[in-house]
Amino acid sequence: MKTGTGALKPVYILAIETSCDETSVAVVKDGCEVLSNIISSQIETHRAFGGVVPEVASRKHVEVITLVIEEAMNAAAISPQNLTAVAVTQGPGLVGALLVGVVAAKSLALAWGKPLIGTHHIAGHIYANRLVKELQYPNMTLVVSGGHTELVLMEREGEFKIIGRTRDDAVGEAYDKVARALGFPYPGGPHVDRLAREAEVAFPLPRVWLEPGSYDFSLSGLKSAVLNAVNQSKMKGLEPDVAGIARGFQESVVEVLVEKAVRAVREFSAGQLLLCGGVAANKGLREALTLRCAAEGIELIIPPPVYCTDNAAMIGAAAYVKWKHEGGIPLDMVADPGFSLEKWSVSAY
Amino acid sequence: MDNNIETVFTYRSSSLQDTDALAAAIAAVSEPGMVIGLDGDLGAGKTAFSQCYARHLGVEGIVNSPTFTIIKEYEGRLPLYHMDVYRISLQEADELGLEEYFYGQGVSLVEWSSIITDLMPPRHLHIELKSSGPEKREITVTGIGEPYGGVCRALIQKWGKET
Repeated sequence: MKTGTGALKPVYILAIETSCDETSVAVVKDGCEVLSNIISSQIETHRAFGGVVPEVASRKHVEVITLVIEEAMNAAAISPQNLTAVAVTQGPGLVGALLVGVVAAKSLALAWGKPLIGTHHIAGHIYANRLVKELQYPNMTLVVSGGHTELVLMEREGEFKIIGRTRDDAVGEAYDKVARALGFPYPGGPHVDRLAREAEVAFPLPRVWLEPGSYDFSLSGLKSAVLNAVNQSKMKGLEPDVAGIARGFQESVVEVLVEKAVRAVREFSAGQLLLCGGVAANKGLREALTLRCAAEGIELIIPPPVYCTDNAAMIGAAAYVKWKHEGGIPLDMVADPGFSLEKWSVSAY
Repeated sequence: MDNNIETVFTYRSSSLQDTDALAAAIAAVSEPGMVIGLDGDLGAGKTAFSQCYARHLGVEGIVNSPTFTIIKEYEGRLPLYHMDVYRISLQEADELGLEEYFYGQGVSLVEWSSIITDLMPPRHLHIELKSSGPEKREITVTGIGEPYGGVCRALIQKWGKET
């Protein structure tokens, strides 16, 4: 069913993201040009409410959503009548948090007489790469964040196929938990990245490849190996080699991620490798991927940090693809905490 | 006023297979509205236990850690609400409205439940995992009030007071 608009004229999408810790609103032109991208934790007005992170509670989103919408519209210098559509993260996420964004988006769509576009959060992360560069298809995305670790194939625009995912902990989560075992407060992932780069020698830790040919990941065994290493040092009355363990952990994680991502690019003849999610800010991972892709002749795209963590600009980028192929959806749309990425694929082909 | 009797069962697991057998026995007697708290240090096997439990409750596909997303919902023989309050405070958990899940029609499985002791329903099943070796775990199952005492009694009937 082809109901899309083809998007001939400039398309201005107001996008809202409230799936987890951040309240964010953006205005994006033609799915690639960010006119504004406001994230609540970064704005002054939010401090008046004594805002704390994480904003998992929907009350926190409610407190700031109207302010963030207003600021996004002002920063983009656009009036409601010039908007093409209103997009919102429909899922996955926390239902209470998602609801705030969904209700706000529906209200604006109704009040302004604009179409509504329900958007998938991970599709947003993937399309954050479109804010950096034109995408070629087929392409492969490595999604690495606190809640996700996935390899996603896009054979065509807006068509998602998950070819591998974590069977236990997400990469970002493993980093934070290892950081805690090494004595850093939550979230300590960035400390592990920094320490790993300072260490001279890596503490030997296993690589978890799973069955031959599998693109899935498993990080809980590696986390346990780190805990054992720390505990064994303590039992011997020694200080654990924190930096060495951090480096050993980072090398193990990065080697498996890079190897599987590159193998996936080859097997599916992907023209580009896209990186996204909060862990895309990890320097060890960025460097290893950059070096390996250069050696293999694979084009690698990594969005700047502000588009790697949760933000609404990426939702505007993904929503544009959906809009182009399928147009808007009815206002009786509901937030879906377990929203499937593959099912959100455009069905216009 | 809080006269919920505690029934305790201790299980010594020497492998993931042993833990799986315990999870299967608990899943078999799980009912709508049950709340299960899971505690234990990092790497003690809370998520591993949850994965076993979910599979025996009839959940298909991958059940991975909910630490970042805090709540993940699955459909099995009963709905399963897999929660993890590791990264949030008691106040934040309170504002999340977890009680809607606790008093819902599915099973709520809460990792790091000791963080939110005050929010847990007075009657629930508590499972504590302790590492006693790389593979070995000592698992203490406490049924607080009914029907949770009944769950423990079913385990005791199967394995004896302690394994």
